[in-house]
Amino acid sequence: MRNVLLVKYGELAIRGKNRYLVENRLIKTIIKRLNNYPGYRVYKEQGRILVVNEEGEFDYDTVIPIVSNILGIVGLCPGTEFEDRSIESLRKHALMHFKEHFPNGGVTFKVITRRSDKKYPMTGNEISADVGGYILHNIDDLKVDVHDPEIKLMIELRNNVYVYSKVIKGPGGLPYGSGGKATVLLSGGIDSPVSAFLVAKRGVEIEAVYFDSPPYTSERAKQKVMDLAERISAFTGSIKLHIVPFTQTQLCIYEHTPPEKMTVFLKRAMLKAAEKIAVKNKSYALVTGDSIGQVASQTMEAIYAIDSAVAMPVLRPLCAMDKQDIVDIATDIGTFDISVRPYEDCCTVFVAKHPETKPKKSIIESMESKIEELDRLIEEAVENSEIIEF
Amino acid sequence: MIYFDNASTTKMSEQVMDYMCEFMKKNFANPSSLHSMGFEAEKEITKARKIVASAINADPEEIYFTSGGTEANNTAILGVAEAYRRRGKRVITMNIEHPSVTDSYKELERRGFEVITLAVDEKGYIDIDELENTVNEDTILVSIMYVNNEVGTIQDIEKIYKTIKGKNPNCVFHTDCVQAFCKHPVNCKFADIITLSGHKICSAKGTGAMYVKKGIRVNNLHFGGSQEKGLRPGTENTYGIAALGKAVEISVENMDLNYAKVLEVKNALMKAADKLEDVYVNGDSEKGSPYILNMSFKDVKGEVLLHALENEEIYVATGSACSSRIKEKKKIVDNMTEGRGANAVRFSFSCENTVEEAERVVESLLKNVPLLRRFVPR
Repeated sequence: MRNVLLVKYGELAIRGKNRYLVENRLIKTIIKRLNNYPGYRVYKEQGRILVVNEEGEFDYDTVIPIVSNILGIVGLCPGTEFEDRSIESLRKHALMHFKEHFPNGGVTFKVITRRSDKKYPMTGNEISADVGGYILHNIDDLKVDVHDPEIKLMIELRNNVYVYSKVIKGPGGLPYGSGGKATVLLSGGIDSPVSAFLVAKRGVEIEAVYFDSPPYTSERAKQKVMDLAERISAFTGSIKLHIVPFTQTQLCIYEHTPPEKMTVFLKRAMLKAAEKIAVKNKSYALVTGDSIGQVASQTMEAIYAIDSAVAMPVLRPLCAMDKQDIVDIATDIGTFDISVRPYEDCCTVFVAKHPETKPKKSIIESMESKIEELDRLIEEAVENSEIIEF
Repeated sequence: MIYFDNASTTKMSEQVMDYMCEFMKKNFANPSSLHSMGFEAEKEITKARKIVASAINADPEEIYFTSGGTEANNTAILGVAEAYRRRGKRVITMNIEHPSVTDSYKELERRGFEVITLAVDEKGYIDIDELENTVNEDTILVSIMYVNNEVGTIQDIEKIYKTIKGKNPNCVFHTDCVQAFCKHPVNCKFADIITLSGHKICSAKGTGAMYVKKGIRVNNLHFGGSQEKGLRPGTENTYGIAALGKAVEISVENMDLNYAKVLEVKNALMKAADKLEDVYVNGDSEKGSPYILNMSFKDVKGEVLLHALENEEIYVATGSACSSRIKEKKKIVDNMTEGRGANAVRFSFSCENTVEEAERVVESLLKNVPLLRRFVPR
């Protein structure tokens, strides 16, 4: 018998022939994160991943925080593993587990058995009833509640037998890097880091782009975006941040466009620059933090007028979310406190007092085509960008 | 590099640095220790206390070392209010104080005191008649800073002190002299409590002092040992206090000389206001402190100009460093002239600055301001 950590990864178990690829990706990530901790090994075990320590005691307090934010993991279950699958052994180990975790009773519980070994002489329900009765008999002050128990004691009969009662929630989604690549426009605000996280959570590898406009934006605003990228890398393992010097492009747009339309031109220019970077790094899409109707440049009309700037699809994972829901996720993933640092993230100098909420695509496009140096400036900005890896 | 942000903090002077290092090497003892090493450390503190006291004509007994201006302001305001709360509930301040004063008064408001905030005029002066009408028998504390940290306006402290005492001799008058100390004459005769700081006069950060007139009660905010007569418990920052003493000694000696020097620097820089259109000097352009020049450049955001100057290794501020991270639309300057705060830039000097530096900054302003004005918020 030994202490183990069972890793549940839900969604990818239903994938067809690609399943092993995705599983292997997840296993690789876990191995990488535990690299510095001697003795830990990671195995596949029939729809679960198993983390064990082959050299000593399993240190849950250390391992769980390291593993629990890996994308693709639905839950982590600290439990015990043993070989003897006789009903006596199941009873004994289940009781031991229960006594260790809930020594004083005073709880309602239920036993749930999963059995992939269909030759076992008892059905799942029979095992549950038997073991449940045994525990009830041996610990005082316990109640069975099959509908809404406080404790669900799980017994899983796979190649070996596993007993556990606690599930620590993981971020869910798909293993990072199992689903292509995208380039995220990171502004320093609350929304874009959440967008980056959500896309990464769907298994998509991400690179980030930030548009730096000194002296209109400060070093500290840039540091803020770097800190955001670093925070996101806690989930993705690592991330590349492209810092694009954008002052000249912005000034050019300022001089050639009417104030109420400027934001639309600016966002088009940013998408164009991001697309150039995305093509180079083999991304399949761009990602922004737009949420419909949040500001003038995020109305349906504006999105329509902005999107035609690029051929690459622009993903907007937050498009239908309310601000509060976005803030909740930002708080959860630890980007909120960084995002609200009081430095100008975009150059407010360039935001008109009354930007147009219903820009016309055809007008924008024809005006844009007349700004001769724009494409060259965007090209130069991309060429001069700085890459930082976290 | 041109450093015109000396009101935020100053570079430690070589002399002070050497003195502090020597002392650090020589004596690390706790001044409360009974052995001779401790006594030596205590002597150093006594020496510094004497120097600071004599700089403001005080008795060394009336000087209490703190971790700096913020702690001294907090202790003065909260400590006096609590000590005299049975005597009355009214406390008075003005609307261009440092955040460590303003926020202490906000705390008093939460604690049930009646806080009256006097509004200053467009040059940053309070109306002394209004003050006289506001001080009543119920008033226990007034805080008015001597030299304003953002625009350099100098209040008539003597008149303010006499006005307050004329209305209510029991009312405590506290003045924040952080920007005035060792730069302008500070006389403890005209205040009950004075806030002083070290790092604005080329000493180490984390050092400051409080003058408390004999007989004035101040409750302590911290609890522990009996250091600084229990008003500021905790092992004394011996190194910092030694540095503070040295810095005060040097600054007092050179006060008039430095004053004349920075005045020239300020005047040279002020020429930018003549050469550029739509530049306003905030505060009192004639009678303000020569150590601070605050100008608003119409249509140029203060922070943008700051970053543009920084590109040329010219370092300035948009306001008090203690308020620069507060996301408030209204700035101190707006309390004098509404609408100028966002365009305000503070240049502040030390005796190490030169007229040539000021001329270079003028040149840089002549170049950058028109450039930035091409891109005005629309």
